[in-house]
Amino acid sequence: MEAFTTFKGIGIPIDIINCDTDQIIPARFLRKDRRDPEMASFLWHDLRKDPEFIFNKAPYRDGKVVVADINWGCGSSREGAVYALNANGVRAVIAPSFGDIHYNNCLKWGVLPVRLARDDCDGLRRQLHDDPGAEVAFDLESQSVTGPDGARYKFEIDPFDKYRMLNGLDDYGVTREYDTQFDAFEAKHKAEYDWLYGDA
Amino acid sequence: MESKTLFENIWDRHVIAEREGGQSLVYIDRHLCHDGSFNAFGQLREHGRDVRRPSQTFATPDHYTPTRSADLRDVPDARAHEISTAIDKNCADFGVTLFPWGDDRQGIAHVVGPEQGITVPGITLCCGDSHTSTHGALGCISFGIGASEVAHVMATQAIWQRRPKTMRITVDGKLGFGVSGKDVIIAIIRQISAAGGTGYAIEYAGSAIRGLSMEGRLTLCNMTIEAGSRIGMVAPDDVTLDYVEGRPYAPKGVAWEKAVSFWRSLPTDEEAVFDTEHAVDGDAIAPMVTWGNSPQWAAPVTDTIPDPASEFDVEKRSEMESTLDYMDLKPGTPISEIKVDKVFIGSCTNARIEDLRSAAAVAKGRRAVVSTLISPGSGLVKKQAEAEGLDKIFTDAGMEWRLPGCSMCVGMNGDLLEPGERSASTSNRNFRGRQGQGSRTHLVSPSMAAAAAISGTFTDVRKLMED
Ligand code: SF4
Repeated sequence: MEAFTTFKGIGIPIDIINCDTDQIIPARFLRKDRRDPEMASFLWHDLRKDPEFIFNKAPYRDGKVVVADINWGCGSSREGAVYALNANGVRAVIAPSFGDIHYNNCLKWGVLPVRLARDDCDGLRRQLHDDPGAEVAFDLESQSVTGPDGARYKFEIDPFDKYRMLNGLDDYGVTREYDTQFDAFEAKHKAEYDWLYGDA
Repeated sequence: MESKTLFENIWDRHVIAEREGGQSLVYIDRHLCHDGSFNAFGQLREHGRDVRRPSQTFATPDHYTPTRSADLRDVPDARAHEISTAIDKNCADFGVTLFPWGDDRQGIAHVVGPEQGITVPGITLCCGDSHTSTHGALGCISFGIGASEVAHVMATQAIWQRRPKTMRITVDGKLGFGVSGKDVIIAIIRQISAAGGTGYAIEYAGSAIRGLSMEGRLTLCNMTIEAGSRIGMVAPDDVTLDYVEGRPYAPKGVAWEKAVSFWRSLPTDEEAVFDTEHAVDGDAIAPMVTWGNSPQWAAPVTDTIPDPASEFDVEKRSEMESTLDYMDLKPGTPISEIKVDKVFIGSCTNARIEDLRSAAAVAKGRRAVVSTLISPGSGLVKKQAEAEGLDKIFTDAGMEWRLPGCSMCVGMNGDLLEPGERSASTSNRNFRGRQGQGSRTHLVSPSMAAAAAISGTFTDVRKLMED
């Protein structure tokens, strides 16, 4: 995973409530490999059929930061939604709330998910509409976002998620550091719930 | 002893280690895979990792499987064929138990798990699919994860998770005739919104929930993810035990007795406190129909399409306008006058035997006026339905009786709506394009879907069955 420390990029305002992962990448593209050369074109594929859709317009199409509305990334667990963001170089998403699975998927692939108050998200999207090409900046260490107008917002992130993102760590390595605890736990668990490990 | 909720009783028994800040390394008892898990197997191969406990993972193809032909060679789409068969090689290479295509035990993962007794109370279960919330109906912690997390679970038999907050939704009362678990969960989502459960593990309680069959509870927990929550649970009781007993992977003999006494200890203590509580009036729930592109946009079949002008929240109002525009619906239209083009009865929400029985009760002796596709949830559900003669009722009504799989729920196998077509569907998502580009999906219960097939519009099944 690519480490995330600081980042600055053009903001793309997405004014859709409950923008589900089917909108982010339609199911028919999930059959493609993660590294498919066309992956970038799958992002918001069907929404982009409307020429007025924001990502079709310059300079938003060079955007690297998404500012969304309530319940961004709800629905299907498809990790393809993050592969499509990755393929477009999107490194951060700001929203009032996220689908829980998508939130975790973002963390796994170096896309920083930032929860801000709905009013703040609304305000940021307005600025991005009014000033196309305006940039949003992130500093993960200090857990802050800076909007186009210079206003700073603090955000919360789980300390362990932050640690893994800052260092670009894959969970696997961290988990294997716990092998001793795992073995002890499993031995006890198997003894207590032996019916789960029966003859079947 | 400290009072605990059902969720806490199970969670606390599965925490291997905890980090500062509260994230836990959680042991996973059982893991389910499907044909769409090829990404996760690919990640294992990329890193040269093994499946740590292959006996705790089970797999069945569902998303890409054809429902027309029992012969995989008939699948004209080369990539779908490749994905459908990759699961055989992946399971063989990694030593995972597979219920392969053509086997009676094959089906939709969330139908197969409970059916095989792989899902039992008190466990933790994961699957790379958001509707893994389904299994909580048996009183376990079960949640959907992304492909990287799937690869992690396979490689370590554990997962890092933030402990969710707890929510209880109490539905008291008695459900009326023609009202099912599907209507209950749609009514709940309408009340708490599609994001209302985000960050929570939900326990469903109350007399109306106790009164649901296991199939009804599975439907209820299935759509928990549509309320934003990954975990929906119902405390294990006699209904649960009757359902689990005798299933292939369920404990037997002395082990069964021991398991049962543990399972009986799981329900929420009376003094336990939830972070949030909601109450829903079970007596008031009517057959529901969704009218927008989120399951929260729903109404009783007796209602009319709402007017966005009466919504105060500006963003919500514009979302309603755009969803009605996509669905080609006008405010004030009676829901019962909306015409449908196709009916789909199936999916992990509503493709179990009881679902098929309730659809058959409506279809019996009648004729479908629109194209209707029925896909049972597994080979075993199909067999059971055929033994009961349900297939005959459906085919006599002019409906198509297909093979088990996800089918038109997501259309990955090619079972799709044409652009602009409107469906009455027993699946769980009415998202834009979910059933094909430009598709318009209305979510309903199996009996309401059958009623729509018979009359061509959203007919109140209670009235239809009166006549
Ligand atoms: S039936 Fe639909 S919702 Fe269920 S697992 Fe299959 S695609 Fe997903």
